[in-house]
Amino acid sequence: MDHGYQQHTNTNAHLEYQSGQGRLNILGFWVFLGAEVALFSTLFATYFVLMHRTANGPVSSELFQVPSVLIMTFLLLTSSFTCGLAIHEMRRSNLKGVIIWLVVTLLLGAGFLGFEIKEFIEYTHEGVTLSTSAYWSAFFVLTGTHGLHVTLGLGWIILIMIQLKQRGLTPTTTSKVFISSLYWHFLDVVWIFIFTGVYLIGMVMHHG
Amino acid sequence: MDNQKQNSSLVDNRFPWKHFVGYLLSVVLTLMALWITFSSGFSLSIIFAIIIVLAILQAVLQLLMFMHITERNSKIQTGTMLYAAFIAITIVAGSIWVMSAGHAAH
Repeated sequence: MDHGYQQHTNTNAHLEYQSGQGRLNILGFWVFLGAEVALFSTLFATYFVLMHRTANGPVSSELFQVPSVLIMTFLLLTSSFTCGLAIHEMRRSNLKGVIIWLVVTLLLGAGFLGFEIKEFIEYTHEGVTLSTSAYWSAFFVLTGTHGLHVTLGLGWIILIMIQLKQRGLTPTTTSKVFISSLYWHFLDVVWIFIFTGVYLIGMVMHHG
Repeated sequence: MDNQKQNSSLVDNRFPWKHFVGYLLSVVLTLMALWITFSSGFSLSIIFAIIIVLAILQAVLQLLMFMHITERNSKIQTGTMLYAAFIAITIVAGSIWVMSAGHAAH
């Protein structure tokens, strides 16, 4: 089962699975994602428990906007798709293709982040901040933690792209790209639940 | 074994159908959730139930189509994610139940 670092041809595995270290790192990252699920679960639980605790202040349906939420959802979903295409190109040993799709992924991710920041600023202008009510505290902590993860992901993928430019597609760099792609897809998975649990439900929920 | 299957698809020059299908289905599931929420006319509890099921379906779709969960250590990877889902449901549904079922309602 051990294929070693040196054989690039004649091996039974994709490049990112060829070294023992690469395989272990990928497996370890799945375990890390399990811990991330637990983290976001506590934030979702807090959000749902505090859903009606708006302290007679603004409620979600007054502030949430369908178009803006949809744009964010499609930006992140499409970036998850283009990130998958980067891995597809990586498995065709097409470095240029990997870089192109990763750049598209980063741009879409940055667009998502821009819309989220714009949304937060608009809420602040409406007088809704972290300290407005327990409900809005839970909202900002949940969506903010996700946004922070997206920000970290952008920086991480940029650093990996620099390594790709310097070292090319090796068992080490490909396993890093693969792991960052798992992270990026995972952020879209979390967003699906924010879109559904926070925004869709928040827009039709009856308060009071 | 897994290895045989991977060997045949080692250099993947085919069109990435898996990704396209995953993306299209994700878009469809998102639009369905939107339509059910705003245009279906169902009662709130039915809307919530359906859109939560749609979200779970889309998450599974990402794991299968984009994240390659069935590759390599598929049993450990899938086991980890199933356990994580169990933890998530316990924490979220458990918290909602405890905080709304009267134990702490006062």
